Amino acid sequence: MTFTRETDHGTPPAIATGRSVTLTIDGETVTMPEGTSIMRAASLTGCSIPKLCATDNVESFGSCRLCLVEVEGRSGYPASCTTPIADGMVVRTQSERLKQLRRGVMELYISDHPLDCLTCPANGDCELQEQAGAVGLREVRYGYDGATNMGQAKDQSNPYFDFDPSKCIVCSRCVRACDEVQGTFALTIEGRGFDSKVSPSQGQDFLSSECVSCGACVQACPTATLTEKKVVEIGTPDRAVVTTCAYCGVGCTFRAEMRGEELVRMVPWKEGKANHGHSCVKGRFAWGYAQHRDRILQPMIRSSVEEPWREVSWEEAIAHTAGEFRRIQAKYGTRSIGGITSSRCTNEETFLVQKLIRQGFGNNNVDTCARVCHSPTGYGLKTTFGTSAGTQDFDSIAQADVILVIGANPTDGHPVFASRMKKRLREGAKLIVIDPRRIDLVQSPHVEAAHHLPLRPGTNVAMLTAMAHVTVTENLFDEAFIRERCDWEEFMDWAAFVAEPSRSPEAVEPLTGVMAQEVRAAARLYATGGNAAIYYGLGVTEHSQGSSTVMAIANLAMATGNIGREGVGVNPLRGQNNVQGACDMGSFPHEFSGYRHVSDDAVRASFEKAWGVALDAEPGLRIPNMLDAATDGTFKAIFIQGEDILQSDPNTHHVAAGLAAMECVVVQDLFLNETANYAHVFLPGSTFLEKDGTFTNAERRIQRVRKVMAPLNGYGDWEIVQLVAQAMGLDWSYSHPSQIMDEIAALTPTFAGVHYDRLDAEGSLQWPANDAAPHGTPTMHIDGFVRGKGKFVVTDYVPTDEKTGPRFPLLLTTGRILSQYNVGAQTRRTANEAWHREDRLEIHPADAENRGIADGDWVSLKSRAGETSLRALITERVAPGVVYTTFHHPDTQANVITTDYSDWATNCPEYKVTAVQVMRSNGPSDWQRDYAAQARHSRRIAPLEAAE
Amino acid sequence: MKPGQKSKIYVSRDMASVALGADEVAQAFAAAGCEVVRTGSRGLFSIEPLVEVEQDGARVGFGPVGPHDVAAVLDGSHGARLGDVAALPFLAGQQRFTFARCGVIDPLDPEDYAAHGGWRGLDAARGMAPQAVVDAVKASGLRGRGGAGFPTGIKWQTVLDAASDAKFIVCNADEGDSGTFADRMLMEGDPYCLIEGMAIAGHAVGAGHGYVYIRSEYPFAIATMREAIERSAERIAPFTLEVRVGAGAYVCGEETALLDSIEGKRGQVRAKPPLPALAGLFGQPTVINNVLSLAAVPFILAEGAEAYAAVGFGRSRGTMPVQLAGNVKHGGLYEIGFGITLGELVNDIGGGTASGRPVRAVQVGGPLGAYFPPAMFDLPFDYEAFAQAGGLIGHAGITVFDDRVDMAHMARFAMEFCSVESCGKCTPCRIGSTRGVEIMDRIIAARDTQPVVAEGVEGGLARALHSRSPARIDAGLEAQTALLRDLCDTMKYGSLCALGGFTPYPVLSALDHFSEDFGALAPAKEAAE
Repeated sequence: MTFTRETDHGTPPAIATGRSVTLTIDGETVTMPEGTSIMRAASLTGCSIPKLCATDNVESFGSCRLCLVEVEGRSGYPASCTTPIADGMVVRTQSERLKQLRRGVMELYISDHPLDCLTCPANGDCELQEQAGAVGLREVRYGYDGATNMGQAKDQSNPYFDFDPSKCIVCSRCVRACDEVQGTFALTIEGRGFDSKVSPSQGQDFLSSECVSCGACVQACPTATLTEKKVVEIGTPDRAVVTTCAYCGVGCTFRAEMRGEELVRMVPWKEGKANHGHSCVKGRFAWGYAQHRDRILQPMIRSSVEEPWREVSWEEAIAHTAGEFRRIQAKYGTRSIGGITSSRCTNEETFLVQKLIRQGFGNNNVDTCARVCHSPTGYGLKTTFGTSAGTQDFDSIAQADVILVIGANPTDGHPVFASRMKKRLREGAKLIVIDPRRIDLVQSPHVEAAHHLPLRPGTNVAMLTAMAHVTVTENLFDEAFIRERCDWEEFMDWAAFVAEPSRSPEAVEPLTGVMAQEVRAAARLYATGGNAAIYYGLGVTEHSQGSSTVMAIANLAMATGNIGREGVGVNPLRGQNNVQGACDMGSFPHEFSGYRHVSDDAVRASFEKAWGVALDAEPGLRIPNMLDAATDGTFKAIFIQGEDILQSDPNTHHVAAGLAAMECVVVQDLFLNETANYAHVFLPGSTFLEKDGTFTNAERRIQRVRKVMAPLNGYGDWEIVQLVAQAMGLDWSYSHPSQIMDEIAALTPTFAGVHYDRLDAEGSLQWPANDAAPHGTPTMHIDGFVRGKGKFVVTDYVPTDEKTGPRFPLLLTTGRILSQYNVGAQTRRTANEAWHREDRLEIHPADAENRGIADGDWVSLKSRAGETSLRALITERVAPGVVYTTFHHPDTQANVITTDYSDWATNCPEYKVTAVQVMRSNGPSDWQRDYAAQARHSRRIAPLEAAE
Repeated sequence: MKPGQKSKIYVSRDMASVALGADEVAQAFAAAGCEVVRTGSRGLFSIEPLVEVEQDGARVGFGPVGPHDVAAVLDGSHGARLGDVAALPFLAGQQRFTFARCGVIDPLDPEDYAAHGGWRGLDAARGMAPQAVVDAVKASGLRGRGGAGFPTGIKWQTVLDAASDAKFIVCNADEGDSGTFADRMLMEGDPYCLIEGMAIAGHAVGAGHGYVYIRSEYPFAIATMREAIERSAERIAPFTLEVRVGAGAYVCGEETALLDSIEGKRGQVRAKPPLPALAGLFGQPTVINNVLSLAAVPFILAEGAEAYAAVGFGRSRGTMPVQLAGNVKHGGLYEIGFGITLGELVNDIGGGTASGRPVRAVQVGGPLGAYFPPAMFDLPFDYEAFAQAGGLIGHAGITVFDDRVDMAHMARFAMEFCSVESCGKCTPCRIGSTRGVEIMDRIIAARDTQPVVAEGVEGGLARALHSRSPARIDAGLEAQTALLRDLCDTMKYGSLCALGGFTPYPVLSALDHFSEDFGALAPAKEAAE
């Protein structure tokens, strides 16, 4: 693909009315949807009207006055961007008179614009320059000695883009993008008339303003006023490749705009069905880790973690790995080794890792990081609906009337989707937030929750059952839906259960800490407010009752008929770019791809036939079981692709002990992560920019990842797995990931229609995509539940064993922040550090005062499992009795604190509830100092021996 | 008058009267034991402070008077005795449909209002179907008195026909044009008239709530309107009203910027469509009318559309409260049917200039209106006639200048006004007005000194270099005047709203009618069309 800017039709598509309008534009008769602007209609007809303030991802504004046209029978010269088409209209977009007017406007623009085009970073990619050419401006008769806005200081505070107000044409595209697309309202126009200026917040610089650095303004800017620093540094791109972001589960697609092999910028792709041309600070800007000097490019091995690393050739590393796996299996048995697939890698790579384990290792000891995030989603939704996935596409939210957010913080965790959500809320949808913290959605510009239920961590099931109690006892359930779509007897059992007085909002108020009245009002709103959609995150799953909570959510949705159409549904907001895909691809020890149990003989037979080996019918070990088995001495080697279990999994001490007990730990990653401190083999990984493949986002959307540059480490991750497999004697011969997808399609009914040529043609596919649904499935369970009848499951509230007491009186819950991503391996190696350089402990002012803690003080955070130190942030976002921190920084090691408690059904760790004590401290704990020293020690790389 | 009997006297509480000393006069009469009724102003400021003494059913005027004139007024010996006020030629010659009560009644006394024909229009309207009310307004021929002259009934019809749960009535009382004061006088002198008009509009289109958006420079009007709204709340219920105060931007008099301002946003012009009648305040169908449009409605409903339409000229029906200001002998408000000539207004009613020097120019329609020379004084006061003559009636403010005026300076002022008041949204207004000031500076400089001849602008390369060089633009009169015309063309046809779009009126009319003030080289030709 060569570099061309995406077509900009100037104004967004009309809101569909189903009616169309026929008119004449420059002599050509055209028919367009009613409500389309003249500008868009003309653009779609192939005639471009000059424009500057119009761009098709924000509403028309009508300020630049370049797009004036002539309409027969109308006086004056209407702006084509703000004038809708009408039947019989006769439009002229070109005439001598229009030329004169447009030139007059452009002459004014240029009279207040620097003429430094040749040295301007936007040279060749500037709409002002282009339009000046288009209107034929040849001189500026006003001269340049008049009043001017040039010569103002640049604002270079944002680490990723510069703001040069001297080049601003005050088109307000940035302001409108911030308002309409991102919904942050950080920008405004300050001053009036000639003095009008774009201003972040109230005259602040970008970095200290409310700006969240999503880049919407930079993308919207038609000049060099807002420009990526990379463009300033490198120059304009010469080609663009569409690919998918490797951060969160929203799955934004981007145009990776390249100059040669160098990535210049990531520009959100307007055609992208998950993001519709929007992005967040991570996807758009935080890709510098891909070229970071910390990246390991050479394979390394060592015989003991006490030794420094020794760089070796790929051949040696692969042979050593395969040899160790075979040696250990020979010594300790087939089931003594296993592996972990990565939710950060592609579907194809994930599929290969589980295939390596099932086919090559001969066991089912495969698990994935979904174990620690959304495994309860898989279990809960499969049990109730029949499918381990969310029910909607993201676009569905545009039809929602009531939005229930529980245990999720979309503005930080899923920012691009949050912008869609906020847009819908600004349009009038009602919001219910169930979260211990006052997350940003509860109140932010032009968004306010109708109900915020700040429950005590660990009481989700009691809360949701209380809402169900209201739904049943106040007769708010949808009987027709339930009778038609669900098992009525099961519903009656469930209804009797939730209707018991002990489950009323009043009865559980002492447990949840939320006023019963508010719970009742929220339940009524959810049941009766029109289309009601539930969005949830890890605040639901990462509990000892994670699976019960997911099922309680499903119960509520079924009872109110909020399933099976647009605007409703149950939607897990998945954390990692490919956590959905990793689960789909058979990463769990009990399931083949497509969620089919390993004990299913027919399914197993199909894989055995394809792979030519007998497969184990016994489910393998989950991650925590592998670690337990390791400390017990029965599990001896592990292959970990793209996951840092030491930092991300709970109870760090236990994880470390497990890893230390193994004889061969193989880590495949971009960086020497924390887990690699315990590794014997390090296989350098490749970034998403360096390989082909697919990711599947939270809406089951399979999207292409495209190689834009050669892997710095030499191989794509899928090639490395193939090398290991071949060294272990497997006859793999994939020459391109598309062949892996073909194999997945052949073996997985829900993926039967997924092939690269189809993906390229459709842009993306939402599974199930097969003969029954050749274009994929945006909304699930439309005509009936996948499992047949929807299943109501009784969810009794069982308090977690993790309880507060005199020694540990506070409840710790953990989460994420916008600028950092999970364990931070990537974002900590970008300029995103400017926003969040360290994890902080959020503590309520009352709890802080009791402990003599001031804002910014070092505090020790102690639980039954361990102790760490970090600095305090005093805030009323958390309720008294609750503290909160993020887990992005290894210096903090928040998971030293979290415990071994986990979900009863899936072992998903109970990250969200830990009883802790917080005390003032003098700085990092001894353990943190020791850990840092040990990590430094473990990361030593031996100097190269003299050249051979 | 018999001794011991309290004299009832009337003194205006209008802001202009107070500025001339009416409060002190009123206090003096009260201190002398008189019963003082504070009214609005009659609208003739050359006789303010005016004191009216009730005698035998008539009101005898004295004016101007000071606080020390109490005795002389009360015993009738004062030299400024004017006789029956209503019979004064300035007042007797008017056709007061809208301002009938202004200056006569106590503005805040609902009974006084009712006694002088108030509420009859609302009662009549509420006895009619909404469509019948809209039809009556259409039949009256009433057109928007804010300046655009759009038929009020058609606007109301659009709002009536729009389906919505919430509709609004918005009164534009952001009277920012220099030389205009009719809105203020009405709000201070007869607030119930406006309230009644808005309540009728609410009934006609199905709106439950209204806003009166008053500029912050009108503290008396704000206080009076608030008080009147409170006192009449029951009378207009279920319709409700509230006052919103502007924040000092002229552009908020533009209807869409005004709506943004009420919504709490930066006052910035919206592109149309959508029309406010369909998507106005908070996105809902909205009637937005000027004070004078809404205040004309009670008369139409009370007396009938025919009575209103019987007066006027051509397609301009009814009366217009004309405001005479500037260098004029009898400045004030003169409500008269359309069709009166400009010359009659300026010379016969206004009495020529206050300075006694010859009239050289009048500007009609506020700072964005055209300048006319006395040669055009036979122009009838009529929307179409003014448009044809390259001008506009606007809010019917007439500002008079004598022969000492420098019309190039006035053209510069028009550009400067636009640059100060521009909201900054559209390019022609935002940058053009500033460039316009700069052009006028060059024209005035060139006119006042020897013409500067630019060098080397013939050949292609020379022209290119010339264009690149700030110092070497052609600053001569001919080039600058041509550039001024081009700029006015861009502003007139390219601007988003009337601020940038109408600024060329004063500039081009000054240039066309008074070319001698723009230097010898100024060509006297028609405005570019």
